[in-house]
Amino acid sequence: MSGVFSLTMVAESLRISAPYVCAAMGGIWAEKSGVVQIGLEGVLLTSAFASVAAAAATQSAVIGLLTGVCAGALLSLGHALLVEKAKVHAMVSGIALNLLAYAGTRLALRGLYDSASNSPAIEGFRFGPVGASGGALLGRVFADPVTLVAILMAVATPWLLKKTRFGLRVRAAGENPDALSAVGASVTKIRSYALLLSGVACGLGGVHLAFDQHRFESGMSNGRGFIALAAVVVSGWRAGYAVLACLAFGALEALQIVLQDDLRKSRGGDLIQLLPYVATLLVLAVAAGKSNAPKALGK
Amino acid sequence: MNATLRRFKQPALVAVIAIAGLWLVFNLIAFAFAEAPLATLARAWGGTWGTPYGIGQVLFKATPLIFTGYAFHIAQRAGLFNIGAEGQLAAASLCGGAFAAQLPASTPMPLALLSALLVGAIVGALVALPPAVMRARLGVHEVITAIMMNRIVDVLVPFTVATVLGASSLRTADVVSGATLPRLDKVFVSLSGSAASAAFPLAVALVVALYFWLGRSRPGREMQWIGKSAEACRAEGISVRNRLILAMLLSGAFAGLGMSATVLGYKGYFEVGLGSGAGFAGIAVALLGRGHPIGIVLAALFFGTLEQAGLAINARVPKEAMTVLEAVAIVLVSAAGRVSISNTEQPANSASNEGDSSKSEAQGGGPDGPEKGSTRQSPKTKPDTEFAEVTPS
Repeated sequence: MSGVFSLTMVAESLRISAPYVCAAMGGIWAEKSGVVQIGLEGVLLTSAFASVAAAAATQSAVIGLLTGVCAGALLSLGHALLVEKAKVHAMVSGIALNLLAYAGTRLALRGLYDSASNSPAIEGFRFGPVGASGGALLGRVFADPVTLVAILMAVATPWLLKKTRFGLRVRAAGENPDALSAVGASVTKIRSYALLLSGVACGLGGVHLAFDQHRFESGMSNGRGFIALAAVVVSGWRAGYAVLACLAFGALEALQIVLQDDLRKSRGGDLIQLLPYVATLLVLAVAAGKSNAPKALGK
Repeated sequence: MNATLRRFKQPALVAVIAIAGLWLVFNLIAFAFAEAPLATLARAWGGTWGTPYGIGQVLFKATPLIFTGYAFHIAQRAGLFNIGAEGQLAAASLCGGAFAAQLPASTPMPLALLSALLVGAIVGALVALPPAVMRARLGVHEVITAIMMNRIVDVLVPFTVATVLGASSLRTADVVSGATLPRLDKVFVSLSGSAASAAFPLAVALVVALYFWLGRSRPGREMQWIGKSAEACRAEGISVRNRLILAMLLSGAFAGLGMSATVLGYKGYFEVGLGSGAGFAGIAVALLGRGHPIGIVLAALFFGTLEQAGLAINARVPKEAMTVLEAVAIVLVSAAGRVSISNTEQPANSASNEGDSSKSEAQGGGPDGPEKGSTRQSPKTKPDTEFAEVTPS
């Protein structure tokens, strides 16, 4: 049990939280602008694959990072256009997006690497101290460029939303699109930009996921997009609280790794996985009625 | 006459757009894998409708989709979006399978079968209960809660199989012979070898029965009115909360019955992952089927065909190609459906009567308003593309 209060635990929590935080920021951008986005899962998966494919082809982690982020942004923009322009129901579009990402990445995996399960290994970024000690782990977390960009984004998102003109417009698109169009702004345009940013944020999470494993695995997002969505809802659509929720979810998962040896004796450890979902249900039940959801969400 | 023509013009247009788009994507994928599209299509045809065995397999693949597709539609009529069929089906499959395995071996067929189906339906409804109550009582949107339930079931099912049932192979014991559904090849010999079972006619019969019950009974009609205007129903004294809960529970129960196709009709036991994907595909089936029972059965057959065709071409082109086509079909059909609806909206409104009745509903008209709406005709009030926001007070 000694592992719970250690640098290893802190490092693991941060490492595991990073994709959640990215995806949750993606969720914040999308939902604040009034577009329901249950396709975060698909965006994570797509950008993870795109980053690995580009990094493997060019032997450049930077190009991989950029490609992954772009792929996420494009997919997310596609969601915005389907919902806003083609008037497809956002839930339907999101489901199709997830299906497309899951099947599409598997298809490409077999097409490019003739494998049903994973891509060949890529180098990715390897900075920071080597070794297995807690300090070294923590050092590597803070030396990882993807993590640093993710932190930057987690700080920038609430600031952009609150303090800038663009952020105000995004919030207006989510709260009162009629008022927004009354002052001459295009709701479709604002939402498309917001979804583009959502894709960038969530795509960064996908890249982190893939670079962290140094390869792509089929279905490697493994429900993280849904947990991130839960974090957004639990936080009452507030970016700062969403980050905290993601850190908590990440810490729970890290606990499983740190306590691995103690938990292996019983399968009870599996039930720790339930906590984010149960917590979300409970928070929703308690906080019902004073919902902070953007008023025009899904309209 | 003109109206009849318009009714057929719209689905025809949607079908043309969808087929053209699917063919384009199919060609692109085939080229990417250096295969001739027509030869691949021929191989897919041979593995599905081209042989009796293939037909049987398509029926088998379509059966759970009929259940989950119609389940989604039941909730959708009441303005609810049940994204939880995946978890409802998985939990029902596990519990129904485990229950049917625990029965005494001598249990007579009707009793064993009916009780296993009942357990499946009840468990499916139970998984739908938290989202239903939280929506109706607290006003929490059912999508996020249903997604959480999906994930919870996802963790609990393997856990339960491994611990409570103590199985090391991630499967339950065989169900008793009385609870299995006979294969269709016992009657239609040419289907021999395929996994199509009596679950297929069962699914169709249940859909038809439920269609008439929902359309003619008081609760069924009230659920549909709520989907159109909860405010009007509340003004009329209909218990909106209870009807919403009923709709969600019925939806969950019907999704749970999908276990008849996989557990009782095919494997004879439950294993982790059996039937997965049917829940999400069911949403697409319901959207494609446009809320009509025949449409939903046809859409399920279409998706069943795609899934089986994927297996038929897998050696040359990965079977995921067909899943990509499913996703494309969902997008195209809902986009094309929307576009053509907005095209026909203008004449429908100016034809006075239809437009007015739907307006008076929205503003809380009397009981006549919703009643008129239930005779589905005007494309504007078609339930399949509208998910009315119901705000429980």
